[in-house]
Amino acid sequence: MSGTAPQPTTAAANPPVQPMEAGFGTRDLVRVSATADLPAPDRQLTKLAKLIDVSKCIGCKACQSACVEWNDTTPEIGENVGVYENPHDLTPDMFTLMRFSEWENPATNELEWLIRKDGCMHCEDPGCLKACPAPGAIVQYSNGIVDFIHDNCIGCGYCVTGCPFDIPRISKTDHKSYKCTLCSDRVAVGQGPACAKACPTKAITFGTKDDMLALADDRIEDLKSRGYDNAGVYDPEGVGGTHVIYVLHHADKPGIYSDLPENPRISPIVEGWKGVTKTAGMAAMGVAAAGALLMGLFSRGNKVEAEEEVAAERLVRDREDI
Amino acid sequence: MARLFYSERGDHIESTEPVRVSRYRGITRLNHWITAGSLILLALSGLAFFSPSLYFLTGLFGGGQIARWLHPILGVVLFLSFALLFLQMWRLNLPRPEDTTWVTRIGDVVTGHEERLPELGKYNAGQKFIFWAMSGLILVLIVSGVMMWQQFFDGLVPIQIRRIATLIHALAAVAIILVFILHVFAAFWVRGTLRAMTRGDVTGGWAWRHHRKWLREVAGRGDRGPAE
Ligand code: HEM
Ligand code: SF4
Repeated sequence: MSGTAPQPTTAAANPPVQPMEAGFGTRDLVRVSATADLPAPDRQLTKLAKLIDVSKCIGCKACQSACVEWNDTTPEIGENVGVYENPHDLTPDMFTLMRFSEWENPATNELEWLIRKDGCMHCEDPGCLKACPAPGAIVQYSNGIVDFIHDNCIGCGYCVTGCPFDIPRISKTDHKSYKCTLCSDRVAVGQGPACAKACPTKAITFGTKDDMLALADDRIEDLKSRGYDNAGVYDPEGVGGTHVIYVLHHADKPGIYSDLPENPRISPIVEGWKGVTKTAGMAAMGVAAAGALLMGLFSRGNKVEAEEEVAAERLVRDREDI
Repeated sequence: MARLFYSERGDHIESTEPVRVSRYRGITRLNHWITAGSLILLALSGLAFFSPSLYFLTGLFGGGQIARWLHPILGVVLFLSFALLFLQMWRLNLPRPEDTTWVTRIGDVVTGHEERLPELGKYNAGQKFIFWAMSGLILVLIVSGVMMWQQFFDGLVPIQIRRIATLIHALAAVAIILVFILHVFAAFWVRGTLRAMTRGDVTGGWAWRHHRKWLREVAGRGDRGPAE
């Protein structure tokens, strides 16, 4: 081994070829599902992000192919039903999907073909992780990557319930949940994500979050100069920002990009379920169980008296005589 | 045969000295214990997902994956098994005027002053409450549970509905566990009750003290109930 891999700041550079120690790992965990008191890591990694500029995307799906290739998944061969999406949805074997939508711009009366690369957003405040009941099945590193640890996954589907973006998919084969890893295994050895590396138009770029936000600003300025007055970045605050961010030419209407949520946040129902329901529920069950046990042990109980046996005998005898 | 208001047809006097009254047939008792067993296993496996501090309970089932797989299957067992119990018991669990009196004198119930309470049929208002609470909650749990059942019903309802179902399932689970604790406590606290579900009969004194109308009706038709 010759040292530790540095955090990659681009997906464009060629990776180092000599074997190296992983650049980050369990000591960089900031959140672990169903685990309350996680010690704070002793260092903070630079926050990373993937920038997806939808205005540059040509819908070639090189990213999808690269994703399948790198993650060694084998999506089922689908059926052409006359739309460009292929497969028709995210699956346990397809972590990213180009979604196509046709939109008639009322301002220009022109038809716009909007293409959005869908996949995990790597939320700063991940709903999947909050909902997960299995200790250590979902983790978040201090660089912002949210990863599923399949050895600990039980396949309950709570991450699907918790995710504001409808991303995780449960495999019908091994009953574990799958989604984009932001190529955590590549990032750990100094390489950018496979999709960003494969993108021929640089619609997908990768680097520190600060760099990506700066790049997004440049792109937005350019788009505005071309008449896209509402161009902007999609880095939704409701989930604390994300580590996959978009440049949208119509950032005022994220919904037109195949239902990208306007104000994503962890659903209040999920917050209530994982919050007060658990505390109040545990307290109520604990008090009831302890109370019943103590009363059961120490109270006399409601006992039948000897006269009552006699009374019953009399009653039965009298009736039977009739 | 005359209409029975307070007893089932199978209830009968088993012996007269001392008096023993048959309360549940063997098949009903088996039905009850399958229901109870599945409820306990459901509570244990469900609680493992409910709180990280109870996740260790998955160990009882051989791990998280197996507990996750087994829980809803046990749910179906519970539902079917309880449905059979329901069919056998619902009639005598319908409310009656004396239930109101019983509830308003709940103080005498907990202090064991049963002589101040009205005579009762096979079930008192507390037992009826447990019966109907279990019925309602099991229905809520099976409906919400199926909506959460990823392995076979993943596309059944939209995610927003699934969130609501999950919250309701968790709340109903807490409620049914509380009802279960009350049920077990009452069966134990009212001495002489457990044998009704183990051996199937109770003593005459027990029937006289707690369910006198039931005893009168059973005794009144002598020993002519249908043989088991
Ligand atoms: C009657 C049929 C039932 C069905 C179909 C059902 C189904 C489910 C499902 C699918 C889950 C998600 C975990 C998994 O996939 O295994 C779950 C969770 C749970 N179940 Fe059930 N269940 C039923 C009855 C019950 C009962 C009777 C109890 C309590 C005694 C219970 C307590 C729980 C609890 C506490 C959870 C965890 C909820 C949480 O994470 O907050 N369930 N159930
Ligand atoms: S997009 Fe969904 S799966 Fe990805 S981190 Fe956010 S909540 Fe988790």
